[in-house]
Amino acid sequence: MTSPPPDDVTHVEVRAGAYADSVALLQVSKDVAATPGVKAAQVAMATPLNLGLLSSMGFEIGTTTPNDMVVALRVESADVVASAVAAVDAALSAASRGRSGGGADAEVAPRTTASALTRGDASLALVSVPGASATVEAMDALDAGRDVMIFSDNVPVAEEVALKTIAGDRDLLVMGPDCGTAMVDGVGLGFANAVSPGPVGIVAASGTGCQQLMCLLDAAGVGVAAALGVGGRDLGSSVGGLATRQALRRLDADPSVELIVIVSKPPADDVAAALREFAGTLETPVQFALLGAGQPDITEAAESVLATLDRTVPGWPHWGSAAEARATGFLRGLFVGGTMCDEAMLLAAEELGPIRSNIPLDPAYALDASMTADAHLMIDFGDDSMTAGRAHPMIDPTLRLDYLTRTAADPQTGVVLLDVVLGHGADADPAATLAPAIRQVAGAPVVVACVGTEADPQVLGRQAAALAEAGAEVFLSNAQAVRRAVALTGGSR
Amino acid sequence: MTDPIAAAGAGLLADALDAQAVEVTRVDWQPPMDGTAADLATVATDPRRRDANARAARAMLDVQAMLVDVAPASEVLGLERGEFLHAGPPIDWERTAGPMRGALMGAAALEGLVDDPEDAAALFASGTSVSLTPCHHRSAVGPMAGVVSPSMWMFVLEDPSTGRRTYCSLNEGLGKVLRYGAYSPEVLDRLRWMSAVLGPLLASAVRAGDPVDVTGILTQMLQMGDEAHNRNRAGTLMLMRDLAPAMVESDATAGDIGAALRFIGGNDHFFLNLAMPACKLALDAARGIDGSTMVVAMARNGTDFGIQTAGTGDEWFTGPAQIADGLYLGDYGPDDANPDIGDSAITETAGIGGFSMATAPAIVRFVGGTVPDALATTRRMGEITLTENPRWTIPVLDFRGAPTGIDVSRVCRTGILPQINTGMAGRVAGVGQVGAGLVNPPAEIFPAALASLARRVREAA
Repeated sequence: MTSPPPDDVTHVEVRAGAYADSVALLQVSKDVAATPGVKAAQVAMATPLNLGLLSSMGFEIGTTTPNDMVVALRVESADVVASAVAAVDAALSAASRGRSGGGADAEVAPRTTASALTRGDASLALVSVPGASATVEAMDALDAGRDVMIFSDNVPVAEEVALKTIAGDRDLLVMGPDCGTAMVDGVGLGFANAVSPGPVGIVAASGTGCQQLMCLLDAAGVGVAAALGVGGRDLGSSVGGLATRQALRRLDADPSVELIVIVSKPPADDVAAALREFAGTLETPVQFALLGAGQPDITEAAESVLATLDRTVPGWPHWGSAAEARATGFLRGLFVGGTMCDEAMLLAAEELGPIRSNIPLDPAYALDASMTADAHLMIDFGDDSMTAGRAHPMIDPTLRLDYLTRTAADPQTGVVLLDVVLGHGADADPAATLAPAIRQVAGAPVVVACVGTEADPQVLGRQAAALAEAGAEVFLSNAQAVRRAVALTGGSR
Repeated sequence: MTDPIAAAGAGLLADALDAQAVEVTRVDWQPPMDGTAADLATVATDPRRRDANARAARAMLDVQAMLVDVAPASEVLGLERGEFLHAGPPIDWERTAGPMRGALMGAAALEGLVDDPEDAAALFASGTSVSLTPCHHRSAVGPMAGVVSPSMWMFVLEDPSTGRRTYCSLNEGLGKVLRYGAYSPEVLDRLRWMSAVLGPLLASAVRAGDPVDVTGILTQMLQMGDEAHNRNRAGTLMLMRDLAPAMVESDATAGDIGAALRFIGGNDHFFLNLAMPACKLALDAARGIDGSTMVVAMARNGTDFGIQTAGTGDEWFTGPAQIADGLYLGDYGPDDANPDIGDSAITETAGIGGFSMATAPAIVRFVGGTVPDALATTRRMGEITLTENPRWTIPVLDFRGAPTGIDVSRVCRTGILPQINTGMAGRVAGVGQVGAGLVNPPAEIFPAALASLARRVREAA
């Protein structure tokens, strides 16, 4: 980021004890940045990540705690400060409308999940508070005899084990933590695509992996009965598949499920082995789509589901065609979906060798804090370390767009690979911000995996067309997008 | 159609449910009190907690408080010459505030340890031949300064199913009274009359008939506009209705009976001293339940505010008592008020008083609020309590039960502090009452209690 011109005025205030969720603050920042005379606006909780971002934007913040709200403004002149602060206040109050403290007889809004559950007949709780507080809300649900989906990340693994152990004792299901996607009783929870009911039940330790599978099946005309997320660590050795077993039992008991698919990032070997054994005890057939070197990718897994169900594998949708590549240059993959990134690294590494990443397949190839390298690299902007106190990049494109701008200007960039994930909960129009950024990428082809369905609020065909119009080559299948990007890279190692 | 879903956190994810035509109950989530997140998670995942809290709440609600006797503290508490009980957590003379000093000085004169109350200060400062003990440590509760000395008569309440007992002194009325720190000759004269005439007369009446069902009277009071902390008018009259016939039929003189009935009927707070031990009797049933995060006592000594929980034994968690926000008598103002004092917050701990504000519109203005505020207060207290009391119901809230069983972890999670209705004592010893209002505990004692609970969970694991 560049430093501000000297005639700009910066205004920083720390509001102790004020709180709004990161999505609300994203909207506030956007609204204020659009106010006349305001050049930049960041209203954010003072988490280390946000403080770093504010510092890179040229703001100096004094001493804060993560419970403080920071209002940072850069305006054209001192006259504008008051109106900009007023715009912050107006946007904050708009964001908190509908909270408690209304009229004389207003019900006091429930302040805990326990309170919310005593008031109604809610069958399930959806928890997306900051990770340090998610366990407590989730326990409220288990205490009330309800299943819970924990969207929050950054939950300590010991707490995850404790929650899932208690849930198992009570025959309840904990989806998550860090469960991005689920579909229960036809309702999409978190980031979820709009798909029809059908014979497939999904257990997913991977949110975007689940979305990719659902969207491919949808394109093939096959619906989904339920998708139960279990969180990215569930198949790791410390959690040992506690939620996966519970989810398998649920789906096995559902007569509408003809085939169960387990989708996961690379699992722990012993956990995978134990689950295969457990799956053999169920009446419903279980198919494993576990990413890993030499394993089928998700597109192949979808094709094998179709084969099992005796359906035809369609030609997967594809839009536009990428410009030809530079003669040399590295592959730069910028992802919002962790599983999209994992799958891309697995496939690309077969051709290109090791890929540097913030979530590398092998720790030896970890990126340092600069997040740059003279090498092929792929970044997962949805990783825990990138979302502490910030909204997920499927909602808040700021960090990825900023990185994309720098990548576009880097002469070492050979091919740019992106994912775009549609569905409920995600950015209402990701192509609107991504297309101008794609146009900036001069001299390097851009390949996009666009995961979505025609029934999604953003409409797959419309988003893909807008991205193709900006010059990108767009695939529904992430695996196809990766293979195309690798081919364009021209074997540069 | 689809079942509703409760959503805590990002509004956008709840919006996505709205967009799918799913009914959403949104939690108005806010970050917990500073530094409590890890302890909250530890306590939340303690496998004992849910059942321990259910047991604690059940034990409290199952208690029936019966008035079975009235007798001197020397007899029922074994209190000896030079022993004094006081309100709140433990304190020594050096740290006592004005009203506590005044009450102790008056009580020392009442017991004949000194001729002039003013001389008692040196006696307490010397610390020889006198001792101070919290009422709570002797199964008793004391309003305001809560000072009990051997010759004072006590109400004796009993839970018939267990035989457990609690105790409280007789209420002296308002204005210049010992419990507010006044010790003038008229204050001591009234106390002597209470020990000589009122106590024995009440004792004979109680012993003559069936035990008085104090818990039952509280049930009726809440339906009659008393919240049983700052308003006890209906309760006082119901008690008098129960005791008056036996008083009239006793051997006492008509003059003494008339004086006693006039004293009780002229003192709207007379029943408070039965409401308090009834609440303590109920809450003591929940003590000593490992893993429970329920508060079993809130008490103040005019210097410190302390709480105890069911899961932390006899440990007190204390912080500085606050000045109440409210209305002042006559020319008194905030500078004249002493920080919060008394064991009477045991009523809030049990779900009445400030927690049942909604049922007492007549006192709302007296404690500086409006009727909608009162409804909102009771509902807000429901956010930090474990259950509702099915016996103590509030008509204006469609007969919902009083919010009962303060949960330390919910206080830390929401930052909502218990609401206490209270009287205000003068800062200077000897002044007496200066007003009444609303007060909260110091916030930091709840994270302190939570930390102790979390430490016990880790040790048990």
